[in-house]
Amino acid sequence: MRYERPETLDAAVALLAGAPSRTRVLAGGTDLLVQLRAGMIDPDLVVDIKAIPEMRAITADDGGFRIGAAVAGAELSEHPDVKNLWPGVVEAVDLIGSTQIQGRCTLVGNLCNASPAADSVPAMIAADAAVRIVGPSGSRELPVEEVVTGPGQTSLEDGEFITSVFLPARPARSSDAYLRFIPRTEMDIAVVGAGVSVNLDESGICTAARVGLGAVAATPLLVPDAAAALVGTPIDDAALESLGSAASAVCRPIDDKRGTIEYRTKVAGVLARRAAVIARDRAKGIAANGGAH
Amino acid sequence: MAKIHVTTEINGDPVEFLCEPEQTLLDVLRDELNLTGSKEGCASGDCGACSVMADDRLVCACLVLGAEAEGKSVETIEGMADGEDLHPLQQKFLEHAALQCGVCTPGFLIAAKALLEKNPDPSETEVRYWLAGNLCRCTGYDKIIRAVLDTASDMRGS
Amino acid sequence: MATALKFEKPNGEMKWIGTRPVRPDGVDKVTGRAKFGADMSLPGMIFGKVLRSPHAHARIKSIDTSKAEALPGVKAVVTRNDFQDMPSEITPAGEMLINYRDVMRNVMARDKALYEGHAVAAVAATSNSIAQKALALIEVDYEVLPHVIDVMDAIKPDAPVLHEDMFTEGVEPTPTKASNASKRVEFAIGDIEKGFTEADVIVERVFDTKPVHQAYIEPHACLASMSEDGQAELFVCTQGHFIVRTHCARLLGMDVASLKVTASEIGGGFGGKTVVYLEPVALMLSKKSRKPVKMQMTREEVFKASGPTSGAHMRIKIGASKDGRITAGEAELYYQAGAFQGGPIGPGAMCAYAPYDLENVKVIGFDIVTNRPKVAAYRAPGAPISEYAVESVVDEVAKKLGIDPIDFRLKNAAKEGTRTAYGPKLGAVGLIETLEAAKAHDHYKAPLKVNHDHGMVGRGTASGFWFNIGGETSTTINVNEDGTVTLIQGTPDIGGSRASNALMAAEAFGIDYDKIKPMVGDTSALGYTFLTGGSRATLANGVTTREAANSAIAEMCRRAAKIWEIPEDAVKWENGAAVPAGDNAGKFEPMSMAEIAKIAGKTGGPIAGHAHINVQGAGPSFGTHIVDVEVDKETGKVDILRYTVIQDAGKAVHPAYVEGQYQGGAVQGIGWALNEEYIYGEDGKLQNPGFLDYRIPVASDVPMIDTVIVEKTNPKHPYGVRGVGETPIVPPMAAIANAIEQATGIRFTELPMSPPKVLKALDEDAGGTG
Repeated sequence: MRYERPETLDAAVALLAGAPSRTRVLAGGTDLLVQLRAGMIDPDLVVDIKAIPEMRAITADDGGFRIGAAVAGAELSEHPDVKNLWPGVVEAVDLIGSTQIQGRCTLVGNLCNASPAADSVPAMIAADAAVRIVGPSGSRELPVEEVVTGPGQTSLEDGEFITSVFLPARPARSSDAYLRFIPRTEMDIAVVGAGVSVNLDESGICTAARVGLGAVAATPLLVPDAAAALVGTPIDDAALESLGSAASAVCRPIDDKRGTIEYRTKVAGVLARRAAVIARDRAKGIAANGGAH
Repeated sequence: MAKIHVTTEINGDPVEFLCEPEQTLLDVLRDELNLTGSKEGCASGDCGACSVMADDRLVCACLVLGAEAEGKSVETIEGMADGEDLHPLQQKFLEHAALQCGVCTPGFLIAAKALLEKNPDPSETEVRYWLAGNLCRCTGYDKIIRAVLDTASDMRGS
Repeated sequence: MATALKFEKPNGEMKWIGTRPVRPDGVDKVTGRAKFGADMSLPGMIFGKVLRSPHAHARIKSIDTSKAEALPGVKAVVTRNDFQDMPSEITPAGEMLINYRDVMRNVMARDKALYEGHAVAAVAATSNSIAQKALALIEVDYEVLPHVIDVMDAIKPDAPVLHEDMFTEGVEPTPTKASNASKRVEFAIGDIEKGFTEADVIVERVFDTKPVHQAYIEPHACLASMSEDGQAELFVCTQGHFIVRTHCARLLGMDVASLKVTASEIGGGFGGKTVVYLEPVALMLSKKSRKPVKMQMTREEVFKASGPTSGAHMRIKIGASKDGRITAGEAELYYQAGAFQGGPIGPGAMCAYAPYDLENVKVIGFDIVTNRPKVAAYRAPGAPISEYAVESVVDEVAKKLGIDPIDFRLKNAAKEGTRTAYGPKLGAVGLIETLEAAKAHDHYKAPLKVNHDHGMVGRGTASGFWFNIGGETSTTINVNEDGTVTLIQGTPDIGGSRASNALMAAEAFGIDYDKIKPMVGDTSALGYTFLTGGSRATLANGVTTREAANSAIAEMCRRAAKIWEIPEDAVKWENGAAVPAGDNAGKFEPMSMAEIAKIAGKTGGPIAGHAHINVQGAGPSFGTHIVDVEVDKETGKVDILRYTVIQDAGKAVHPAYVEGQYQGGAVQGIGWALNEEYIYGEDGKLQNPGFLDYRIPVASDVPMIDTVIVEKTNPKHPYGVRGVGETPIVPPMAAIANAIEQATGIRFTELPMSPPKVLKALDEDAGGTG
């Protein structure tokens, strides 16, 4: 295994383009090093992108924020403006692992690890976030929900890597929330995760919504039916009930050591409801706590 | 594969070492530099026994490559006391009997110090969640949490 | 010389015992200086790694190590061919029984690999990475066999049989067909049928528990060095370096005197570090390579190849009369032992009804092998499992009778003179005191409060029992030339026993705690000393330390007599000094230890005290726990809101570390109750061999753990000590199950009570009741 730490994006692109396919990008390393130690991967080349300045930056952009691929979870949580704009995304990132993991883990790493249970991904999907990808043939943008194609699989081509995530601007009276279920209070992989983003009008009626679910299918899901259950309603009990049913209906989970099909399907509805209430209250300016459940 | 030459700073001292590309910072600390205070409990970031500070960030040394230490400043348990004076957390852990076997203790101390530097007045809940990545199987956490809260209180007072 | 074991009765005026000084090894442990199992290095050291079976059950047809041996940097490879096969014989080993043939075959597989993770070969190389590469070059030809994981599947007639020579013991006549049931045990008193006919209420329930791991944070590790003449040293994290010496010498055919074992600091054990795994392999690799060999397990190896304790299937039936007397207690226990016989079914069966004073008890137990790692002792081995089941049914019976569960326990509580189902009568015990303290505790009276919209709250209680043990123990005390004391104990210090031992020595000598320097001696420094386990370290060291101190004190009195030129029996010891025994003895100023020690060379030479005793007189410890839970009715998650441990310590020598034992045991029990379990796939492979999915409690999972130390003196101990380490893990599972029952109305009979299980039961309950 060779370790390289390029200092420019061009150098990183060149290294990855010219390398054999057994190459890994290292940002936070919280998944990569575990896989290395467990012998799950045996790369020829590891490219550490943390010395590239723009990978470490959080930049205000068009009313939203562009978050570099090597920005650690703790750095994102400490950024007051991102948290104000997308509290659900930030609380989802904050749930990835322990304080120690937060010192290293990244949004992009969480996405590219392509786990169906990644905490930040349903929240990013709900936020309508997009990634910027660079590679041998230039740069392109892609909605987050199109990145993961299966467990451990992404739509990135050979030599491509993600340089940033863009969290868009959002209108007044809108907000988001993310909840996950784990058996303990910390240190577990999500058994179910639910991200909800809502826009309200002046009378409190939902004008737009997006719902993302994690750990209930082979990839994190965007759930338009669940969102549709909220639009046009004041997000009242009836709307929440149909949101929950729509969320459960879309689930295609597996039985495994972390949860059963039956359990995940039911709890997906529960968490989607609870997250929608938090997002609604935040949009109305009422303080509410998302996060672990 | 040739070893990588790394120049770094550990507990305030300039340090150079050679490491294999696959070696973690924890491997380097323990096996190359004989700094065995950081413990390997899992090698997967789940137990916190290898907690160290890297450029003022709390991390698991088992999830950092040795090569990544280049140009960084690393703090380990061996650098926590100030000469003959224990850090207040070290002293409070002793007074509260906040350790039994003691193998998780270095990690808890490093993590707790990072907390108090960021938040001098944490609630019990904040301490518990901050330290959730540090596993202890002996104490049931009670005396550890008390020691951290008591240290915070003392440090605010002084 | 004061050799007879006559102890003054403990009194309320002890100066040091009962105080909370900083532990003597504390600074080393907060500065990173303390050396644990993997922290030691030797010049020329190389690194050993183990190749483990990927199959749950397979015949090992051949092992080809030639490619591994040819890899540059590889210094030794060992397989079954390097170890002798041992004859089958059962040997008592503390709280468990061992058979050296099984121990050897567990250390290195012989004809068959019996579980995923079973050691098949090992290499030593100049670096960890070379050793790792070498493992991949070893070619093992396996014939994969059908496997069996579940304890009840293992005793079905068509189950794959692990050992062709296993015929169930304790069954008349002995079966002629080999099976996976290694033995049947039975403990009974009275007439169980008569007891049930006298009952007004009978509750019968079936319970299942999963294997759980001790999950100490420090993986097994050792450093072995054997020289050309066969002399060897071993540095190892263990609960008992003397038993490691015994086992290794036996397995490797060495003289015991040729092997010196040093106990490193130990990063938790809980019973799991009472057996050998890596140690004989490291010695053999060192023998072959002629280099020091360091080995340490990965966390995955710890889960797959060491520990855990049994999972079990149990049927419990209890009858009681309307007035609240238990008339009959019956239990049928099936404990899985892992790949080799010898799970904790014996103590499990003995403890099942131990908290109660009953006329009619019948407990039958079976020890059953399965294709899992061989179980090791885990904190009160066997007792938490059977007592969980019994304490659940006790709670249910109390409710059926409309009696408060603590009052119901008080009506039936074991006390001095109670005849146990396993034979002896109990001496002075403190169960009633813990129950009364529980009833009087603010926690038991406080109103329950729902915290979340979807929450249901409940409170539960349960009691627990563990025997505690004494055992072979040696202590040396050297009175140094400045009057300070070097105190050498033979039990590794896991949770502060050097501190408690120094307190007892300070009390015995009447000098300051700071003047005592306790340490753990290696196997060459002391006579044979049994391991730290069975809650025995403080109890047994209290006896030997007191005895060794007494003999040093007697010697110092003789020296003073010599100096004063008065008869030896005219000198007595008081407040750390020799003084004339009375006015008739003459008028002399007290001679301090420092003064006597300073001139010891002129009065007869060095002053020391030794004690080598098979300590008897352990006192059982009872505890009662109270817990409040909140169950989320939409997710099935159980939160622990409040927890109180009340336990009899006999005498708390260092109360802070006694509280620590109570708190730690309770939290391990919380993990056992709610989330910890070994999860196997259809392929017989462990699916959660790491702290990510083997879910021990983290700091944010639990509240502060309140403690009440009850002190019902153990009259057979010089300081009244009972031993406290194990009992605290016995009550939590039932206490939590009882609390969940109160919150939800549902009796859970399977551990762990994890969210999917709880939610399923809640949904079924809601469906069933409309």
